[in-house]
Amino acid sequence: MIKGTIAKITGPVVEAKGMRGSRMYDVVHVGEHGLIGEVIRLEGDLAVVQVYEDTSGLRVGEPVDSTESPMTVELGPGLLTSIFDGTQRPLPEIAKQYGDFIVKGVQIAALNRNKKWTFIAKVKKGDVVQEGDIIGTVKETSSIEHRIMVPFGGGGSVETIFEGEFPVDATVCTLSDGTKVQLMQVWPVRKGRPYTRKLDPEMPLITGQRIFDTFFPIPKGGSAIIPGGFGTGKTVTEQTLAKWADADIIVYVGCGERGNEMTEVLSEFPELVDPKTGNPLMDRTILIANTSNMPVAAREASIYTGIALAEYYRDMGYDVAMMADSTSRWGEALREVSGRLEEMPGEEGYPAYLATRLASFYERTGRTICLGGDARIGSVTVVGAVSPPGGDFSEPMTQNSLRITGAFWALDTSLAHRRHFPAINWIKSYSLYMGQIKEWYAQNVTPEFFELRDKAMTLLQKESELQEIVQLVGPDALPESEKAILEVTRMLREDYLQQFAFHEIDSFCPLEKQYWMLKAITSFYSAINEALRRGIGLGQIFELPFKDEIARMKEIPIKEAPERIKGLVDRINQEIVSLEVL
Amino acid sequence: MEKVISKKEATADKSLIGMSLIQRDYRTVTYISGPLIFVENVHNVSYGEMVDILLDDGARRSGQVLECTEKYAAIQVFEGTQGLDVAKTTVRFREEVAKLDLSIDLLGRVLNGVGEPIDGGPRILPEKRESITGAPINPAQREKPADFIQTGISAIDGLNTLVRGQKLPIFSGAGLPANELTAQIIRQAKVTTGEQFAIVFGAMGITHREAAFFRKDFERTGALERVVFFMNLADDPTIERNITPRCASTVAEFLAFEHDMQVLVILSDMTNYCEALREISTAREEVPGRRGYPGYMYTDLSQIYERAGRLKGKKGSITQLSILTMPDDDITHPIPDLTGYITEGQIVLGRHLHRRGIYPPIDSLPCLSRLMNLGIGEGKTREDHRGVANQLYAAYAQGRDLRRLVSIIGEEALSETDRKYLKFADDFENIFIGQGDEDREIDRTLEIGWELLSMLPKSELKQIKQEHIDKYLVSTKEEEGVESEEIGAVS
Repeated sequence: MIKGTIAKITGPVVEAKGMRGSRMYDVVHVGEHGLIGEVIRLEGDLAVVQVYEDTSGLRVGEPVDSTESPMTVELGPGLLTSIFDGTQRPLPEIAKQYGDFIVKGVQIAALNRNKKWTFIAKVKKGDVVQEGDIIGTVKETSSIEHRIMVPFGGGGSVETIFEGEFPVDATVCTLSDGTKVQLMQVWPVRKGRPYTRKLDPEMPLITGQRIFDTFFPIPKGGSAIIPGGFGTGKTVTEQTLAKWADADIIVYVGCGERGNEMTEVLSEFPELVDPKTGNPLMDRTILIANTSNMPVAAREASIYTGIALAEYYRDMGYDVAMMADSTSRWGEALREVSGRLEEMPGEEGYPAYLATRLASFYERTGRTICLGGDARIGSVTVVGAVSPPGGDFSEPMTQNSLRITGAFWALDTSLAHRRHFPAINWIKSYSLYMGQIKEWYAQNVTPEFFELRDKAMTLLQKESELQEIVQLVGPDALPESEKAILEVTRMLREDYLQQFAFHEIDSFCPLEKQYWMLKAITSFYSAINEALRRGIGLGQIFELPFKDEIARMKEIPIKEAPERIKGLVDRINQEIVSLEVL
Repeated sequence: MEKVISKKEATADKSLIGMSLIQRDYRTVTYISGPLIFVENVHNVSYGEMVDILLDDGARRSGQVLECTEKYAAIQVFEGTQGLDVAKTTVRFREEVAKLDLSIDLLGRVLNGVGEPIDGGPRILPEKRESITGAPINPAQREKPADFIQTGISAIDGLNTLVRGQKLPIFSGAGLPANELTAQIIRQAKVTTGEQFAIVFGAMGITHREAAFFRKDFERTGALERVVFFMNLADDPTIERNITPRCASTVAEFLAFEHDMQVLVILSDMTNYCEALREISTAREEVPGRRGYPGYMYTDLSQIYERAGRLKGKKGSITQLSILTMPDDDITHPIPDLTGYITEGQIVLGRHLHRRGIYPPIDSLPCLSRLMNLGIGEGKTREDHRGVANQLYAAYAQGRDLRRLVSIIGEEALSETDRKYLKFADDFENIFIGQGDEDREIDRTLEIGWELLSMLPKSELKQIKQEHIDKYLVSTKEEEGVESEEIGAVS
């Protein structure tokens, strides 16, 4: 075991001497309290360590012990419904043992060793298995079956296999190559978990949010960023996605954000019901909370901890969505540590390797064929919030993330001030995945869907041009046909794009309802145009009650929606067409 | 001033009595730059340790270890390095990180920026001694903020309610009456449910004029007895300012979680704090971030702001109201920007209101209290609170939009309803916002809100539930029944 001593302390960065033999990113215990740290630079027998806990009170000369292994996470039953800090320490357990505040040098295993799980074997003695194969299952929560896999590198014929109640660290199966399979495995967080092959993502991640599903969809296995200044609703959007996205597993990483927000998630999720399974949402959720006042280096680690957990569930064949709120705080943690290392700064003080780190993180997303003989398919989707200083998107975190991710959901301060939520700017935002998932929409919703979407988008584009003119000459100077565009786009904005996250019915809007709502608005526009051509005035058209009815579509219960809105569309077509010139 | 300094030193001397007897003196200062000194050949120094610096003439200053290696320790001197020399300065390590004596008797006392009494009162007998950096609250132990704190200011109570456990900053500008507002809040703030209430006021870098203003105001109104007042003056050492908000938070944690009190922490002015942070960072030759502020300013600020909150199983709460001055009224400046990313909303003062003589000049449009919903409604304030707030906000926003329009097309071109909105916006600013020194109960605030709303046609009140309109609207007789369908029950 490598034992050194502290030679220098500056904030979260500690230099230790006598560390010859250490490797980069080995975990070390620093000082008498055994604070957790990671080796981030080696010079001769000197190791530079970033410490994941508060270093005040640490002295030069105190011991530094290397564990000679990189930072790892524990993967096994019990992850779901848990809340961890950035280095996967279970926060409720810390509170139980140490009180309301997080003290230094706490070491508690991520997975409870005392809890027993019911293991059901899926293979029998003599079966030949390879790495990634499922040897059995554990019912982890009401909605998720935890699949126990042969760890990476193992394989052979099954020599013994047990069934029954086991703690996570008990061996349940041995293989001919000497591999002992336990309910849990250990994995280094900074290393992506292996898979057989990456697939093209083509299934959408359905979020129930019209602005995303209709206008800027992402696929399962895709990645998106939500940049926005403070008060624009990043966290509400991330939480809404965590609630309603149709993934099997949600990993929610609160990275350097507010403590009270995590409390909100913690108190709200257990009471919410998963629309797919009817079970509590918490049953599919893992929370990682490293609030802004917790040590900065652990904030850097929290993103990796999150993605490693996400990959583990992907390997079981699940669709996992990870919410990272906010990646900017992660970037700032990188910058802070880089500054302490006196590295040459790149743009705005961020280290020059920011783009590389971001890329290697976002590239861990994707839809993959997992290891194992049954060619399961799983996916990891990442939605990262970005908090640009001053709300200015030209800063390095936003720009570097844009180059790597596939969808850009731009939050807009002026929309937020007008209380238009979700405050996603429909002109600036984009999704690069449209081509890949068009086919799925055509087959599973209706071929017309994207046609309507493009129509609506064109109208919204047109509106932004018209608005400029209106500002100069006033709305009265516009011809009727353009006034109609302004009216219809106002409906699109208020009755379609605006979606109140806490509404009883409208907080989740399935694709079919989205289609019909869009159909109603676009049909209304076509009917108006047709009527205008016949010389009927706008005033006459708006005397019909359709504007009001369209405004209330949101409140129609999901089950009744297709039929009732279809009825509305039919009436729009009939009644406007049968209007007569006065 | 002379007198104050000597007292400060006297208490510093006394506070040494109960401490560790092992003291290590070094006379190996080799390098002095800005607020920093470097001491060589030191042994067994800990990071963050407090030190005493003894000058040749017997004066004593204090400092803190910022960096330590086997060869040297870098120390920031709180009172500044003026008059220090390399040869004769002695550095004495205190063997502990910065700590503060805590007692319930701190209430009613005036302390300097590092927590030593400067009001001539007796020494504080500590019940407890705690590190001022504190430890982060375990997120799993946080309780959701709930219940409201009444500030007596309509623009805050009515539209952007302060909730217990929340942190809400006031963004001010140079020359705006932030101090008057602060003093008024300290005077008026209370909890309406009868729990014990205390205020911890951390003033950083305030001028003598401002200090005199606060002291006089507190004495006049008797507010001081429930206040712990930390006072770091503008000509006090800059570095002390880095300690002040931490001392204030430590006292607040003690009062809230050991004595079950509802504590309101007021920090003013955070801009001065950030300037001090930049000064130290520059002296340490760190890589500067945006506008020269250190890259870790977000983390540093969050370690102050995140000390607000409630804990599971504890009766007390810490609510934070921090005041900061936006340089050049720029809300994207790093200080308000980073603050806004950490706090749960913001109160913004508007120069245009101040120019028109409206006090307090709170510009309610960019204001936001994210946690408002947790503190209002039936049983907390009143059932109609949410609806009234939404309607006032919407109507005022509409009025403000129309004002812009009027400047282009003239008032004659407006419809009658639009003219009502214009009138509403004026009255809203003059009556609802511009309350002057009045202390308004929440019921009174809502009453005024209803009076203002009665100016508008009833059909325009779409944000308020019909039953509340029937119950509270002053003049419901006219327009009865008209367009009642349009009045949706949006809450």
